[in-house]
Amino acid sequence: MGVRFLLDGAVVELAAPDPTATLLETLRGPLRRTGTKEGCAEGDCGACTVLVGEAAGEGVQWRAVNACILFLPMIHGKAVMTVESLSAGGALNPLQACMAANGSSQCGFCTPGFVMSLHGRAIGALGSELPVADAIAGNLCRCTGYGPILEAGEAVPRLAQDDRAVLAGLAGLAGDDMACGNFDGRQWFVPRSSDALVDVLAAHPEARIVAGATDVGLWVTKGLRDLDALVFIGDVADLKGLEETAGGLRIGAGVRYAEAHGALARLHPDLGELVRRIGGLQVRSSATVCGNIANGSPIGDGPPALIALGAELTLRSAAGRRTLPLEDYFLDYGKQDRRPGEFVESVFVPRPAAGNVIHVSKLSRRFDSDISAVLGAFALTVKAGTITAARVAFGGMAATPRRAAGCEAVLAGQPFSEATIAAAAEALTADFNPLTDVRGTAAYRIEAASALLWRLWYREQGAAVCVLDVEAC
Amino acid sequence: MAEGNPLWPQAAMPALPHDSAHLHVAGLARYVDDEPELPGTLHLAFGLSSEARARITGIDLERVLAFPGVVAVYTAADIPGENNVGPIAHDDRVLADGEVVSHGQPVFLVAAETRLAARKAARLGKVTYEALEPAITSAQARAAGSRIEADQRMARGDADGALAAAEHRLAGSLRIGAQDHFYLEGQVAHARPGEDGQIHVVSSSQHPSEVQHLVAHLLGKPSADVTVEVRRMGGAFGGKESQAALFAAAAALVVHHTGRPAKFRCDRDDDMIVTGKRHDFEVDYDVGHDAEGRLCAVKLRFAGRCGATMDLSPGINDRTMFHADNCYFLPDVEIVSERLKTNTVSATAFRGFGGPQGMLAIERVCDHVAAQLGLDPLDVRIRNLYGPGRDVTPYDMTIEDNIAPELIARLRETARYDARREAIAAFNAGSPVLKKGIALTLVKFGISFTTTHLNQAGALVHVYSDGSIQANHGGTEMGQGLHIKIAQIVADVFGVGVDAVRITATRTDKVPNTSATAASSGADLNGMAAWRAAMTIRARMADFLAHVFGCGADDVRFTPEGVVAGAARMSFAEAARKAWLGRISLSSTGFYATPEIEYDRASHRGRPFYYFAYGAAVSEVVVDTLTGEHRVLAVDILHDVGRSLNPAIDRGQIEGGFLQGQGWLTTEVVEWDAKGRLLNHSPATYKVPTASDRPKRMRIDLWDGENVKPTIHRSKAVGEPPLMLANSVFSAISAAIAATAPDVRDMPRLDAPATPEAVLRAIAGMRA
Repeated sequence: MGVRFLLDGAVVELAAPDPTATLLETLRGPLRRTGTKEGCAEGDCGACTVLVGEAAGEGVQWRAVNACILFLPMIHGKAVMTVESLSAGGALNPLQACMAANGSSQCGFCTPGFVMSLHGRAIGALGSELPVADAIAGNLCRCTGYGPILEAGEAVPRLAQDDRAVLAGLAGLAGDDMACGNFDGRQWFVPRSSDALVDVLAAHPEARIVAGATDVGLWVTKGLRDLDALVFIGDVADLKGLEETAGGLRIGAGVRYAEAHGALARLHPDLGELVRRIGGLQVRSSATVCGNIANGSPIGDGPPALIALGAELTLRSAAGRRTLPLEDYFLDYGKQDRRPGEFVESVFVPRPAAGNVIHVSKLSRRFDSDISAVLGAFALTVKAGTITAARVAFGGMAATPRRAAGCEAVLAGQPFSEATIAAAAEALTADFNPLTDVRGTAAYRIEAASALLWRLWYREQGAAVCVLDVEAC
Repeated sequence: MAEGNPLWPQAAMPALPHDSAHLHVAGLARYVDDEPELPGTLHLAFGLSSEARARITGIDLERVLAFPGVVAVYTAADIPGENNVGPIAHDDRVLADGEVVSHGQPVFLVAAETRLAARKAARLGKVTYEALEPAITSAQARAAGSRIEADQRMARGDADGALAAAEHRLAGSLRIGAQDHFYLEGQVAHARPGEDGQIHVVSSSQHPSEVQHLVAHLLGKPSADVTVEVRRMGGAFGGKESQAALFAAAAALVVHHTGRPAKFRCDRDDDMIVTGKRHDFEVDYDVGHDAEGRLCAVKLRFAGRCGATMDLSPGINDRTMFHADNCYFLPDVEIVSERLKTNTVSATAFRGFGGPQGMLAIERVCDHVAAQLGLDPLDVRIRNLYGPGRDVTPYDMTIEDNIAPELIARLRETARYDARREAIAAFNAGSPVLKKGIALTLVKFGISFTTTHLNQAGALVHVYSDGSIQANHGGTEMGQGLHIKIAQIVADVFGVGVDAVRITATRTDKVPNTSATAASSGADLNGMAAWRAAMTIRARMADFLAHVFGCGADDVRFTPEGVVAGAARMSFAEAARKAWLGRISLSSTGFYATPEIEYDRASHRGRPFYYFAYGAAVSEVVVDTLTGEHRVLAVDILHDVGRSLNPAIDRGQIEGGFLQGQGWLTTEVVEWDAKGRLLNHSPATYKVPTASDRPKRMRIDLWDGENVKPTIHRSKAVGEPPLMLANSVFSAISAAIAATAPDVRDMPRLDAPATPEAVLRAIAGMRA
């Protein structure tokens, strides 16, 4: 079985695709859409940005994504828009015209990616409520200094997008059955329901589960690995649930970061700010909250924050479901409590009680689209000036996302005071034995972890603590 | 010279967009990899050294050759001519020959039917080594006596004596990190066979002539049999001056052996590992000054890590010395420059070419003197400026175009420097966690290749009989807007609109023996050459039309309304057609060599630069004293481009250069581990600025003077100088750090880049 997708109204059919061939190489190669560029082949520069659309009710939900790490089965049944789509009639669209006139390009190589990110924002793609700078945080430009690009993004109004033809073209495009294939002995599946997913995984318990491919993509483009069996879960309809209740937020395994952004921000503003700084919008429009958990990375940004808030993880397999505290899922470096044939179904994040002190902080060399050196998350229950319970979790400090038991013990039961914070910061230095790596030395990580606790304290005292909140004199 | 054009003084300086802007935004601008591939094109990948320094004891390529799709594998033994892509010293191997000198050095070359097959197969080679002791760090190289050339010394007067006699004295040191170019388009070249052994190379290179010559030598061919073409680069910044040749050479080698077209598009990680970066430096200073902060004695020692081969390191390190004065008069001075040879990838050209490190050092000295005396660093800077009677550089060149004093005065005013400095002090007094800093720093950048013979350029202009014009020149387009500037210059000569001029791809068969598009000189050199070519044609047309219409040649004028010859008036197209019918040559070359420059490298004395470009910037930053995070809040720039050839393009260079400099000094970290392996080789770990790193408030003004030298339309070069405006960010961060200990009269020991970790360390140093 092949992969079918819609490109400017025409169906592109790839009869027997390599399941780890990327959309980018297909666009640039056989489809001769060379406007989309490869800058890094790992989803960090945005030169390959295209829009992918799916039917959503009466319209089409577009997403800006990095084509360089998007595997072909992931666009089965979807619509693709490239930079060439925008001026197909020969005339530049208003955004393109504005950018051309405004000096928004110099060498021009990154430009199509910026055009697509900003076009996505203009037509209401996922995340289009974000400020321009956030919409292009996943696009690197080395020439312009960004000013003329930001100006063009601000200047161009929302563009009307007539998606009726796209919607019609998408109807029935995916077919009724589960898409699957076998390429050179390598099998791939695109199940449409979680029941079908259970069955596929029961039959292929060692299959690699792929949600957004923002991690696995690099295994192929950089690691040059051949992945034997792949299950793409992006089309599993009943894993896309995002349930916001008084008790908290349940996030299905198919929910992308950009889709959960608003709901997480409503749980607590710090979570919103955290999500804003995870990857670029293209990454968040592909990567899922649960994928960020499931892959077990010690530097994933979601897990420490969700652990501090007391999140629970639900896994499912043919044997049924089980639920565990999120922190228990992470056993050791590269080792998670996920059994063969099992998949992460959802994560539930309890809503913090009013009056709790929640504080989540990410430290990285660059504010946007960078990986944490240290991520600290604190949830303190404070009653009448006393910390009655404390959950403290860190990323980047150990082989897994982990709670800081010593720090928690010092905080619990003590008055919420400078002396308690000092003692807890001191305890924190004994909780972890971090590594020195390319993102920071062990000494810096220890010092910075304590600094984040102090940041919580100063913030509670009303002091300005974040350089992002300050204006020039 | 340029004033020969009667139209120019009246012409507005048009802020036209980049000539390819409409193609960039539509995805229709073609880069090397976008050209349709010829049938049978082979794709290439290198097998890279796993050792920093070793003798190669064996190369087993059996599994590589057996990999499906692989057509051939080559080693140094397969190179018919000279195994070299080094620009000066002939010491850069295409493929390692017997020994490897840096980790990631290409050892063998795979040619396969697909790029993926080539990349996969390249990882299957088994190379065995006898490891040798490498020198990775500068200290290791110094201990081993490993240098690419002898230490260089530039001096005037008696620095030691003046130092001993100085009223005040201070010493310090500074480490300045390297920088990767991170051009968005990686290194790429394709080569195709022509008839009779000829070869055509399309390269993403700033230096097509050098690629041509190196490929010819590699294959043992005359240069006339190799044509190199460059339409545009997707960014370069110096990283494609010498570094592009490796990939072009590899592609040409495969064409030579297989007779098939070959393309090498390097993977980003490999690109960052295999190609050179900006030099990192260790700087030591020992200075004497008076109570007002006037420098009387300056000793500077620069140690540049040059990597494994010479590349362009001599010139780059020379430029560090040339710019160690910046805008300041250094009475008794000694500048010593060590050029350390290490087993790391050879450091190379990068926007500023050694100048940024020299300038950062002397700006640090100014900050340090001010800190010690409790003065505003701006006052110290002003007191040390070049001025009447204090106008000779350490290399004995008299400064004839000093505008720094006026530039500072104007920027101080427009940026409200003094009021903001007070407001910042008040903010800091009331803010326990966040501290602000502000700084005004200067730029004086010497314009010319310091290797004198490179200051030459050629151009070729054709006027067709329909009045359309094609212009070609030796410069390459890397995004800097060179082609639109040249099109404007040529259009202006004929009084036609810029749309009438088509600039074509740079090709070695159109303009030979060109210099790299580098040293900010692209418009200065090629613009003048193109102008001369156009003027030659215009003079021929004027003579002819004067003859036809019975007027003097001076009475023939080329105006936007058409060509006027005495009483006759016609369109430019009609004039061109008449000239063609009259059998007048409508094609001409033009040539330009920069006058007045000469330099004696042995004594480090002379006039290496035709003129200087100036600038100044005020940066305001905020630092988080708990975490070391910081933000650039506002930047005010006043920059000197002479009389701008295109203000839109020039502003773009200024803003882009500034942010690239900001990245160099803040987020961009290049580190090698103890075994010489580069740790930051992808954008996952190498962080260039993003849109939100751009200062929220940024004001850029152009200085309204003109070049005192008769450059093309009295313009000034703009490519490199703005990068160094970002030194103000580093000084401002230092000022904010110093605010954590307001009573300490010392300088934070901050090294560049000022990562959060480096800032936190510097804060701890202030409190210690």
